[in-house]
Amino acid sequence: MAQFSRRNKGDMPKLNTSSLPDIIFMLLFFFMVSVTMRTTDKLVIVREPEATATAKLDRKDLASYIYVGTPIPSKQAEYGTDARIQLNDSFKSVNDIRDFVAAERESLSENDREFMTIVIKADENTRMGIVTDIKQELRRCSALKIMYSARTVDHF
Amino acid sequence: MNRINPEINAGSMADIAFLLLIFFLVTTTMDVDKGLQRRLPPMPSEENQQNAKVNRRNIMQVKLNSQDRIMAGGSPIDISQLRDKVVEFITNPSDSKDLPEKEVTQIDGFGAYPVSKGVISLQNDRGTSYSSYIKVQNELVRAFDELRDQFAMANFHKKYAGLDEDKQKIVRKAVPQSISEAEPVDVTKK
Repeated sequence: MAQFSRRNKGDMPKLNTSSLPDIIFMLLFFFMVSVTMRTTDKLVIVREPEATATAKLDRKDLASYIYVGTPIPSKQAEYGTDARIQLNDSFKSVNDIRDFVAAERESLSENDREFMTIVIKADENTRMGIVTDIKQELRRCSALKIMYSARTVDHF
Repeated sequence: MNRINPEINAGSMADIAFLLLIFFLVTTTMDVDKGLQRRLPPMPSEENQQNAKVNRRNIMQVKLNSQDRIMAGGSPIDISQLRDKVVEFITNPSDSKDLPEKEVTQIDGFGAYPVSKGVISLQNDRGTSYSSYIKVQNELVRAFDELRDQFAMANFHKKYAGLDEDKQKIVRKAVPQSISEAEPVDVTKK
């Protein structure tokens, strides 16, 4: 009693893939809304220090980043292994922060300028000397709102 | 005329979508920025440098030397004790003469409250490591968070984070986060 006779034996039934683009588009839109564009390539190694009482930065578009740390291995021949400051896409010195802050401030709209936040992303093994220099320079250009970037942990 | 609508071949649509997806995956970051938010004091100008003199009892100096050792209020302490020390300093429970004075301030929407005039002054050496500096900053933030929670619990029966914007403002005024990042000094000067 072969009720279920197989027609064209050996041929796989075709998988309906017409909804595949929809699924992928859904994924795509999810990523488009949940991520931000990568603006700079990191030239320094930054392992952020740990902290428990961190707060989230609420306006990412108002943030400017200063990276401090040891140059990545491919740049060490040129720049050594001492902690360096990276602004935008190149190594800079403390004196360049003034121009950097001015440029960043200029790029914001008039109303947002006072809310500009400088995010200091420094490696946990950095000495405070260089960070203090940055802080003093920021005070001089009256960019007073800063954030020390840190990894959130529950306890030390 | 019996024309059949030719079907558009949508088989490559998935490939195109994949391509876009991969492009976005590569060019974007997803990490959220978290950290300790601070406000730096403005650079003092020549004439008001003298005006900023604060009563000695209102300042607690927290010093960090190049060996990452902590000195708070004149005695060396461990990082685990720092939070309680700050809380005790700011609240001044026994109204001691050595701890900061309180100034009765009128807070909008709440009334008069004795606000502590205590300021934590954080000083570090150039050789201090950044991670221990952040640890100390973190402890200070936690101390003030605890004070704010205490105040919020006592007056609004809720934790600070659970209050609405207006009440949070009141709490912020009653317990200001007075951490000052002092002028850089050499702590380990001989």
